[in-house]
Amino acid sequence: MTTEELAPELRQRDVALVDLLDRLLAGGVVIAGEITLSIADIDLVRISLRALIASVSSLVDPGGSDGGAAP
Amino acid sequence: MTYTWLYAVAPAGPEPSPPKGAPGGVADEHPRTVAAADLLAVVGSVPDADFDSDALQRHLGDPQWLERAVRAHHRVVSATATGGRALPVRFGTVYRDDDRVRALLAAHADDIRAALSDIADRTEWGVKAYLDRAHPDGADDAGSGADRPAGDRPGTAYLLRRRTARDRAEHALTDAAGQARQVHLALSGLADRSTEHPPQPTEATGVRDPMLLNGAYLVHRSRAAEFARTVEALRARHGPALRLELTGPWPPYSFAALPTAGDGAR
Repeated sequence: MTTEELAPELRQRDVALVDLLDRLLAGGVVIAGEITLSIADIDLVRISLRALIASVSSLVDPGGSDGGAAP
Repeated sequence: MTYTWLYAVAPAGPEPSPPKGAPGGVADEHPRTVAAADLLAVVGSVPDADFDSDALQRHLGDPQWLERAVRAHHRVVSATATGGRALPVRFGTVYRDDDRVRALLAAHADDIRAALSDIADRTEWGVKAYLDRAHPDGADDAGSGADRPAGDRPGTAYLLRRRTARDRAEHALTDAAGQARQVHLALSGLADRSTEHPPQPTEATGVRDPMLLNGAYLVHRSRAAEFARTVEALRARHGPALRLELTGPWPPYSFAALPTAGDGAR
């Protein structure tokens, strides 16, 4: 994925993303609908999130390695 | 063709729920309202090709799409649900059309009203506690290991020191976990309701210190200042070994539940 595109938005808001996901994926009222995310979908989101976070923290914390993103 | 994405539900009142300049939604659409049974649903029209269950599943595997959608959902909910006026709806709730939304509002009107009154005039706050490894209560400088008799072999002193260091780290963790419990209890005492999310893994926080508390607290407006002061006081009492982080105000995501449907949904 293009970490470069993510960076500007995440710079100011990356802290909240993980908190947001805690709340958005498990919280909010459920009104039996037609297309609602199932538990399996939530797992998919977590995997996806992990990929996202991994790319973010390598951006934020240059301590790991400085390869990764193109300049 | 479009589907109808649901963001929040509010009582039909004098102020129309989504302000005119409301932010764009999950499909960059302009959120609008659908009314039924004295309730307003804040909804958006989203392209069905992107939001049927297969497409949605594909999108969820795309971190960038996911982040954009989650943030958009949150923006619309926040614009609507400030001050405990609206009930946030679970991310990913999509209906075939507006009529379906009206039908559901009417069918669940009593439950929705009950859930709305639970969160009225209340706000969610988040408090996370980390063990701050940079401040292990000065244990590392105590020097007790250095004067220990070395015994017969030089390796023994080293092994003892290693074990002592490990024991101390474990002790610090247990101790901090106990303090995190106290923090949660103290804050729960000021909240109408409280809950805990699973501690976020270090790979998700980007913080190396382990998280010992990921609490959420539903606090009445009249107690918001007291809550903030209490967090400050707890920070002073338990720091620096325990580091507290306050987030919010949040829409009451963690406390939005219909009285009857709650159990199966979790």
